Amino acid sequence: MNAIPLLDVRDLTVEFATRRGTVRAIERVNIAVGKGETVGIVGESGSGKSVTSYAVMRILDRAGRIAEGAITFGGIAIDKAPEKVMTELRGREMSMVFQNPRAALNPIRSIGRQIEDVLIEHALAVRSTAKQAAIESLRAVKIANPEERYHAYPFELSGGMCQRVVIAIALACRPQLLIADEPTTGLDVTTQKTVMDLMVELTQARGMSTILITHDLGLAAAYCDRIVVMEKGKVVEQARAASLFSDPAHAYTKRLLRATPRLDSNVRDLLPEPKPAPPPMPQGAPLLEVRDLVKEFSGRRGAAAFRAVDGISFTVHEGESLGLVGESGCGKSTTSAMVMRLLDPTSGAIRFAGEDIAATPAARFARSPLRGKLQMVFQDPTDSLNPRWSAFDSIADPLFRLGGIRRDAARGRVEELARLVGLPQELLDRFPHQLSGGQKARVGIARAIALDPKLLILDEPTAALDVSVQAVVLNLLADLKVELGMSYLFISHDLNVVRLICDRVIVMRQGRIVEEGQTESVLHDPQHQYTRTLLEAIPHPPAIYQGEGLPA
Amino acid sequence: MASIADHPTPASRRNSFWRHFRYVLASNPVTAVAFALFMMFVTAALFGPWLVPYDPLATDGASALQPPSWSHWFGTDHLGRDVFSRVVVATRLDLSISVAAVALSFAAGSALGSLAGYYGGWTDRVVGRCLDTIMAFPLFVLAMGIVAAAGNTIENVIYATALINLPFYARMARAEVNVRRESGFVQAAKLSGNSDLRVLAMHIFPNSLPPMMVQISLNMGWAILNAAGLSFIGLGVRPPTPEWGIMVAEGANFIVSGEWWLALFPGAALMLAVFTFNLLGDGLRDLVDPLRRT
Repeated sequence: MNAIPLLDVRDLTVEFATRRGTVRAIERVNIAVGKGETVGIVGESGSGKSVTSYAVMRILDRAGRIAEGAITFGGIAIDKAPEKVMTELRGREMSMVFQNPRAALNPIRSIGRQIEDVLIEHALAVRSTAKQAAIESLRAVKIANPEERYHAYPFELSGGMCQRVVIAIALACRPQLLIADEPTTGLDVTTQKTVMDLMVELTQARGMSTILITHDLGLAAAYCDRIVVMEKGKVVEQARAASLFSDPAHAYTKRLLRATPRLDSNVRDLLPEPKPAPPPMPQGAPLLEVRDLVKEFSGRRGAAAFRAVDGISFTVHEGESLGLVGESGCGKSTTSAMVMRLLDPTSGAIRFAGEDIAATPAARFARSPLRGKLQMVFQDPTDSLNPRWSAFDSIADPLFRLGGIRRDAARGRVEELARLVGLPQELLDRFPHQLSGGQKARVGIARAIALDPKLLILDEPTAALDVSVQAVVLNLLADLKVELGMSYLFISHDLNVVRLICDRVIVMRQGRIVEEGQTESVLHDPQHQYTRTLLEAIPHPPAIYQGEGLPA
Repeated sequence: MASIADHPTPASRRNSFWRHFRYVLASNPVTAVAFALFMMFVTAALFGPWLVPYDPLATDGASALQPPSWSHWFGTDHLGRDVFSRVVVATRLDLSISVAAVALSFAAGSALGSLAGYYGGWTDRVVGRCLDTIMAFPLFVLAMGIVAAAGNTIENVIYATALINLPFYARMARAEVNVRRESGFVQAAKLSGNSDLRVLAMHIFPNSLPPMMVQISLNMGWAILNAAGLSFIGLGVRPPTPEWGIMVAEGANFIVSGEWWLALFPGAALMLAVFTFNLLGDGLRDLVDPLRRT
């Protein structure tokens, strides 16, 4: 690090005025970023990592204020600078890449125009030269056919492309500091790799400093020089990336490292305390048989029909966990919706417990006796709970509708379910927004297992959760499976997580199955090129105990 | 919500509602003013006839067209009736017409709109075109036509006002239901064995209430204006019944000769009522939005 850091954050405390008085979001945070350095800020939700970056950019919302401390950027005292100076600095000297690229772009303005706006705003171009400069920026982020893409609107581009445009906007004025706030959350692993590689290449070529804010230790390990670990608004540890992984000093860092799935860890390794592995379940007769399943979505006005799922067949045996892996748009969610009988297939058979359930239309399946035996845990625990219903109401709903349980008898059963999933009884009367992400996930699981299902579809059940919560939820799912004798169909894009839970795995691409086999053999000896690409794109934190070097 | 009754501690729930109510009022003084005015109107509507100093229908030729004084706060009209008593007593009729009309259009409009938003396709198209047809008319003229054709009664004023307001609720409900149709909790409700209609009624619709509340409140003001407007041109309510619209219409004749109080006070009452309901909208939204409760 240079003698004088580019960005120097000292004893920074940010307070928010809320209904229940002042809340300290971050407390006495010290971070220094040298010229050309890439610093990762790692922490779970609520750790204050985003608030820190907002304070640096001075874009805290109205309730928030910098209570104490100093932020110096290239000799300018940011914490005291007037808004006029900040407007000059933002975009020109320091800029930001946001989490959701689609939300960060103006949906009704072409992307070329949006780049021009930034250039003209900071007087780096005039109307006549702006178009050429914008096309150059698009070329720099490796967008093919920049002249054509100049006219494209955000909705015409994929998530990865949008993020490239956001990066192009952020780098258009050649700032000295780039803050990337979870830049690849929500993108596929292969897209994540290309976006991150691009960002690192561009910032290094321009000698820029970068702050990478992420919850993913693997990502931070792969791309950062130095890592700052935050917990509950405080910096608990900062160290060079290599030494952080080989020799974590703080207990929280150790816990975080443990909870991050690695290539060699099993589901119990993620927990802070050791626990005996769940006993293996004997696999029985085929429970779910899917044969030549096809789903076509009709095209608009004579356009060819789009085949989202293109004739796939697979079997889930009793007591088995099958992983269904693929990137967005591969048809895995459509498949799960059809198996779950929320969507009618175009053709093909779905045999569940010996009965062809595809014969019953999705609209009438709600009254089928098999409905309760086929349940699902949804991806986003927040979205999957009715915001106006308490946890009790949500868990009890299937009991009333399908379980034939009367209202006065439900309390006992719901309490039993809450115990099974480890949800404290007193939380049952709370509304979803009063629960944490992990608690909401437990409510969702309790609701799914309320009717003793035979098959549970898990649709990325931990994608929206912090790693430590993910560790607990995955272990809970592993235990429940044995305890209740369920089979799982686990849908995910994350091979690392699939490996922890599943016996067998199916890799899907463009509606077809490209590879199928025992989890270990697929992961260690992939046969298909696509599976290999997928595996290589996953950033892994270096294995702690073997003391391996950093991945390039 | 059907399930509130099962909760073991209804008392604590009620307390938390009042705490929340007080918080909403305290955090936004404008809302507090709106609620105070609203309470005033409700009081006048419920107890008006017992609160006023004079019989609103009693004529007194000796004291006709007197300006506001201590004995007649708002003056007297051309038949010697006390304007203050008439304005206060009229509150009940005006509020009941608009409440009934808004309730009708809310119920019918949100039912139609929810179905259109949930099922989409043909249902959506048929409902949408019917609503467009209503919207294509100048709404007040349509209401006039309906009352004139169906008969000059208060019930028909209510139906007409309800019908012309229906498209606003239907469109709003459609949009609100449509964005929630694919959400996780809706799919989860289907997996729990809820039929489509039940999912719509118990899960989706209650969640679209907060924005609808604002619409209801704004619409209340509008419905009052509409009812008064109809009686102003002689439809619906007939003299000598005290009603703001008729009173303004009758008083308008006397403005040129300098007796301004006849039209001003019922007009001011009308304005204040519309103003109150417009302000109330935001407060109601804050009140029914579960996310504002902590």
